[in-house]
Amino acid sequence: MIWEPIILTFKLALITTLALIVIGLPLAYWLSETRSRIKPVVETLVSMPLVLPPTVLGFYLLVAFSPSYALGRWLDEHLNLQLVFTFEGLVIASVIYSLPFMVQPLQSGLSNLPPSLKEASYLLGKSKATTLFRVLLPNMKSSLLTGLVLTFAHTIGEFGVVLMIGGNIPGRTKVASIAIYDEVESLNYGLANTYSLFLFVVTFVILLVVYLFNGGYLKKMVS
Amino acid sequence: MMTVKLHRTLEAPQGPMSLEVDFEIPPGQLITLYGESGAGKTSVLRMLSGLMLPDYGCITFDQDIWFDSEKKINKRPQERNIGYVFQDYALFPNMTVDEQIRFSLKNKSEKNIISELIDVLELGNLRHRTPVMLSGGQQQRVALARVLACKPHLLLLDEPLSALGFNMRQRLQDYIISIQHKYKLTTILVSHDVGEVYRLSQSVIWLEDGKIKDQGDPKSVFSHKQTSGNFQLLGEVLRIEKADVIYITTVLIGNSLVKVVTEESEAIKLKAGDKVLVASKAFYPIIQQVE
Repeated sequence: MIWEPIILTFKLALITTLALIVIGLPLAYWLSETRSRIKPVVETLVSMPLVLPPTVLGFYLLVAFSPSYALGRWLDEHLNLQLVFTFEGLVIASVIYSLPFMVQPLQSGLSNLPPSLKEASYLLGKSKATTLFRVLLPNMKSSLLTGLVLTFAHTIGEFGVVLMIGGNIPGRTKVASIAIYDEVESLNYGLANTYSLFLFVVTFVILLVVYLFNGGYLKKMVS
Repeated sequence: MMTVKLHRTLEAPQGPMSLEVDFEIPPGQLITLYGESGAGKTSVLRMLSGLMLPDYGCITFDQDIWFDSEKKINKRPQERNIGYVFQDYALFPNMTVDEQIRFSLKNKSEKNIISELIDVLELGNLRHRTPVMLSGGQQQRVALARVLACKPHLLLLDEPLSALGFNMRQRLQDYIISIQHKYKLTTILVSHDVGEVYRLSQSVIWLEDGKIKDQGDPKSVFSHKQTSGNFQLLGEVLRIEKADVIYITTVLIGNSLVKVVTEESEAIKLKAGDKVLVASKAFYPIIQQVE
């Protein structure tokens, strides 16, 4: 078994999750309290990756990042950043693709907290940031965990977007899901099975931990 | 001195309601906002604290302008220095009693105020408990301690005792009285309980459908300046029965039942649930200690 695709998969999932907590938290916070008219539009855009075929997203990103078009050329010339068939490109595509898996649990977690918690904290003189980190987030741990884990697990399960924007370059963009496809195409079923089984077990364990935690089973087991 | 002029159209279940209030509070006084639910009491508190935006009006506290629609001034809730005790107490589920009080300190070096509040509100045994491990009355005391720790200029209490039993209410009323005396805080209490208004406040504002129906000291407001008995009790009518030519009205005063003989002309005006004043000036009541 070659570990490279597996390591690459987890590296991608970890970086995507970290990037999404930074991007998703302010976005979810804004969505949970805004009365802006553009809120439904933003919510729709955030949810689009849930229903859109990954190939559609991959296709547009491929076009956008391609050096033959304006954005890709600009990124290449000014930031020396090539996003097609590179790991950086994969990270950006994954962040967009997994956005709803982070934003939706956080947004519903924030909306489900009683508004008086936030108001009480403001009236005690606390800023919005202090209120978010000291009062709101500690009281929605299960939503936070759901967001983190679903994003991580969903990135592991990516295929279409990765194939479109990343291709199949060993060590750079060949993640486990692509490696499985590749091995099957070369009729190398044994290795395909090893990768598949590995992903199966890992995602099962990750999701099981979430359900055990959110259902309170872990606490029961400890006590 | 606090002056308040507020106007806002509220969405009530029976259609839009116009809330218009205009009042002043002398410094250090405890006043009550009294009225049925839906009269706009909580909305007034929310506008005073900056959680709800009035359509127009102004709020000043000791020359400090908190809100002025003409001058386009609207201070954030954080800048108004208000202690607000919510109806549901709004304790933070992730913090112990100690942490809640510590969290609200403006200046972390003022640790002595923590122990003082814990003493005054008798929270010593509860310091390391989280809100789920506290009874309603205990949560109420923690909520009070928490807002007092940030040394507010104004204390707003939104029906803080409505969810509590009779004995606990009385004890907490004592706490509120003692805190108000100790810290000389300008306080606004929302209540729909006449007994509570009498017991706690120097002045009452009676709100009805968003307008001030009457204001003044509780005695004159509730007795409508008609009765001059030397013995007055407030209660709620439970039942009116006809007995031969007279009527017997059963009134709940505190937690005791009192039967009052009523003439037909009075009885037909009363119905169960009415708030009434039971007064007498023809006899001297006997007071006897029972405990």
